[in-house]
Amino acid sequence: MNNNLRLFTRGIIKENPTFVLLLGMCPTLGTTTSAVTGMGMGLATLFVLTLSNMVISLVKRQIPDKVRIPAYIVIIASFVTVVQLCMEAYVPSLYKALGVFLPLIVVNCIILGRAEAFASKNGVGASALDGLGIGVGFTLSLTLLGLVREVLGAGSAFGVQIFPGGGILIFVLAPGAFFALGYLLALFNKFTAKIR
Amino acid sequence: MEYVLIIIGSIFVNNIVLAQFFGICPFLGVSNRVETSLGMGAAVTFVMALAAVAAYLIQYYVLVPLHIEYMQTIVFILVIAMLVQMVELVLKKVSPPLYQALGIFLPLITTNCAVLGVALLLVQKELELLQSVVYSTATAIGFALALTIFAGIRESLELEDVPPAMRGLPIAIITAGILAMAFMGFSGLV
Repeated sequence: MNNNLRLFTRGIIKENPTFVLLLGMCPTLGTTTSAVTGMGMGLATLFVLTLSNMVISLVKRQIPDKVRIPAYIVIIASFVTVVQLCMEAYVPSLYKALGVFLPLIVVNCIILGRAEAFASKNGVGASALDGLGIGVGFTLSLTLLGLVREVLGAGSAFGVQIFPGGGILIFVLAPGAFFALGYLLALFNKFTAKIR
Repeated sequence: MEYVLIIIGSIFVNNIVLAQFFGICPFLGVSNRVETSLGMGAAVTFVMALAAVAAYLIQYYVLVPLHIEYMQTIVFILVIAMLVQMVELVLKKVSPPLYQALGIFLPLITTNCAVLGVALLLVQKELELLQSVVYSTATAIGFALALTIFAGIRESLELEDVPPAMRGLPIAIITAGILAMAFMGFSGLV
């Protein structure tokens, strides 16, 4: 049990995909114009990551070693298509906001990385926990970054106006994504350096 | 004139890295030196133009007639992966020096979201074949431009005295932000 808990929490802090491993930067920067879109992207990735991890660990013995990467990509792409269709049907506004970044989950290096590094060597349960942990870590980071940008850029949080009169517009635009991420990373480095 | 607008628009105004956030991984990963980023830029330009043609043909001659547009994501990523493998094999046989120069970057391109992103975007924008080729080539040139400028800045950034917590990627990302701000100056041009 203790081991399982460790598997799950590892992805949230110690191997946080955004702030420690620096993977999946494109959706991190591209979809975090607000806390809600960031969270939506994180949850979509969480779903794809967990399910593809499980399926890959189930079929790992059937896949010949030479074609394993294309096979993984097909599995991942199938789940991405599932997410795309569901989101278009049930949350069309989020589907529109995420735009082309939704199909781009396929090439998110976190997912293929976990498939190759973890799911292809471990059992179904462990792979599911690993996917969940990394996915939750990714969702939290994206929500945090989205929240910071939304508060600074639009003066609101999760769509609720906090500061009347808006904010510093640049944080919602492209350069703001880089600034917010750069300073958050520096903060993260500062605190983890103190703990060590 | 229309093509000039597409070219300027996709190199400067909607720069793929600094305004649309595609291909950030190679942008941060291989931008330590100017030479390697030029190599990466050339490899991406080559593959992106080919991928645009492939994506156009598949979308309008396979997916649409068969009414299976929802297979787009799966088919496009497989075609791009195949294309990259093929380019690698052909280059190895036909032009070994070029392969030597671009070889190490080619496998990286499969998971470069810029290539898949452009393929998806040109279908979304409903461009024609020639427009697609121009658009994807110009976008790739924009990628190479951003990568090369950034590499140049990072080369001189290495010699600077940076606060410990900012060392490495944080300062690089903030630099990219300033670069993105500079590129925002082009908005309204087209």
